[in-house]
Amino acid sequence: MRQRGRARSSASLTHVGEGLAISASGVGKTYRIAKNRDDAITLAEQLLRRVRHPLKRIQYEPFTALDDITFEVPWGEAVGIIGRNGAGKSTLLKLLTRITAPTRGRIELGGRVGSLLEVGTGFHPELTGRENVYLNGTLLGMRRKEIQRRFDEIVTFSGVEKFLETPVKRYSSGMYVRLAFAVAAHLETEILAVDEVLAVGDAEFQRKCLDKMREVATDGRTVLLVSHQIQNIEALCTTAMYLEAGGLKHYGDVTTAAHLYRSSFAAPTSSAQTSRRQGTGQARFASATADKEQYTTSEPKWLRFTVPAHPGLAGEYFVSAHLVNSDGIDVLQCDSRVAGRWFDPKEAVDTTLAIDTPWLKPGRYSVDLFLCQAGVLDAWHGACGFTVLPLYPYEGTVTDDAVELGTVLADFSFKDN
Amino acid sequence: MGTVTVITPPRRLAIPRWNEIWGAREVLYRFAHRDVLLRYRQTVLGVLWVVLQPLASAGIFSIVFGSVAKLQSDGLPYFLFSFMGMLAWNLFSGVVTRSAPSILGSQGLISKVFFPRVIVPLSTAAAVLIDFGVAIVLGVILLFAYGVSPGWGVLLLPVWVVLLMMFGAGLGLVLAALTVRFRDVSYIVPWLFQVLLYASPVAYPISSVPHNLRGFFEANPITWALGAFRFSLLDQPAPPAWQLIAFPVLAVVVFVGGLIFFESWEREFADVI
Repeated sequence: MRQRGRARSSASLTHVGEGLAISASGVGKTYRIAKNRDDAITLAEQLLRRVRHPLKRIQYEPFTALDDITFEVPWGEAVGIIGRNGAGKSTLLKLLTRITAPTRGRIELGGRVGSLLEVGTGFHPELTGRENVYLNGTLLGMRRKEIQRRFDEIVTFSGVEKFLETPVKRYSSGMYVRLAFAVAAHLETEILAVDEVLAVGDAEFQRKCLDKMREVATDGRTVLLVSHQIQNIEALCTTAMYLEAGGLKHYGDVTTAAHLYRSSFAAPTSSAQTSRRQGTGQARFASATADKEQYTTSEPKWLRFTVPAHPGLAGEYFVSAHLVNSDGIDVLQCDSRVAGRWFDPKEAVDTTLAIDTPWLKPGRYSVDLFLCQAGVLDAWHGACGFTVLPLYPYEGTVTDDAVELGTVLADFSFKDN
Repeated sequence: MGTVTVITPPRRLAIPRWNEIWGAREVLYRFAHRDVLLRYRQTVLGVLWVVLQPLASAGIFSIVFGSVAKLQSDGLPYFLFSFMGMLAWNLFSGVVTRSAPSILGSQGLISKVFFPRVIVPLSTAAAVLIDFGVAIVLGVILLFAYGVSPGWGVLLLPVWVVLLMMFGAGLGLVLAALTVRFRDVSYIVPWLFQVLLYASPVAYPISSVPHNLRGFFEANPITWALGAFRFSLLDQPAPPAWQLIAFPVLAVVVFVGGLIFFESWEREFADVI
């Protein structure tokens, strides 16, 4: 996979630095994927292929992860980046943090970018807490003086004062994450790019993270936050981008972006888009439907899917269906391995997955289907969807606040002893 | 607020961005610091290993080549002769063999955070340089013990060290970039270095090589470096003038070429690794 291209001339750009933190014009990223799948890993393999087929060049299939992205972000804004899996969120963040280079277009950054794509980047298990703070801080873009100045603050924030001289391999995972986040939280870069780090740690810790990010944004710096958790975006961001299939569909107020994101789960992606699906493609689903458009919370949900026969495929495969709610959270995973069910690729499959429990909360759901052997052959996000109506199986009166929390509904009762 | 960074698609040939590399010099320091710390942490003998390694390898050479095979050593004590050869050899092979797998070894970082990638292979040189420093101190002790005076040529030693490291680093950069795409490189390099060790006049003087083969040995840049090192450390006759010119030229060309090669491959590391 290699990309090449030339920057387009872009005279229309507003001046980055003065009023703008980030400006992107016509940015795109195309990966080249070897068509015959077995991308030569060793030099010998590649040479051998050359000898066998001297005239045949390796065929590459372009995969456009991002295309023609143009936007301008002013200083002091917290920008949420949302979109479904494969929409290009992470690629965009990787371009902005310079981890990978764009194929087309031009990006201007008005300051240093600190990236938090994972907690504890560069942490080495054999090094002590103190040594790791310096190493990690430097990697994230802090200068030595900054780290020295804020060292005590970082340590206090993390609460691991006693273990500073202990190698982090002896830390509990909680201590490890706290120390790693403490360094990240004290980054003073002008632009901060964050990817789902909020997914780690307990509720208390997540709240701390959110507070810290809010603080950064009110400071006049700029925060970019990629997340599946739409609530976090709504709670924290002043503006949001909504990405779909590698394109920037909306950039502006958070409400519209959140609405677009939620409604994307309502409209299942058509099977015509097979080419955008991830997975090796050695076998793919042909169709998927829910037996009803609307369900009550407690009735069984039936999902019917078909896979054509793939006689060329050796061995059996299994399927896994993930039920995703409108916040983008995987509520259920129904894996055929768990049910002891494997499928024979020589025969066409027409099967119904029946989900009896748990009861689902009202709202829109979409189904991600996966077809796997050792690796993923087909990953079909948003294969189908359905709505659960607010019709509850409970005997008492259901008020909104009584079913507000939790991700699913429980079948429960109270029994006196 | 700060300087403006412009990101555009990579070109076919990339010129190293010096100000960016300079700006990330603290990362270089941290990596080097980490390597040095990790090297001897949780070892029983600790820093003593740095001293033991060159002594042991020169000792084995003395027994095998000096006593058993009775190779010549240009009238010098064989142990001293091979020790100084090993000194230069270890510097060169250390720089290359440590930098070659370095990018692949830090793929976790490459795909998660940005910094000039060239820092990873270059930082590995620090640990090698420390080993060399210790070995040089040992070498001085040996010179006194054997009563050999290095002469004024010793003043040129730092120049040879820098040149040899540049030569090694240039090769290391190319190999590090290649390893990302072709994992074979990591198998070939150690083997190649084993062959090269015996193909270079480390354990024997160039004067003992038969005349009909002399041309091959003199075409080997390691021979030039070894000649220069022995000239500075052991008061041996200076290597031929063409070698004294070719060595610096080659070192600079290989280093700059390695940098450009590396930079041209650098921006796709995160996609391929």
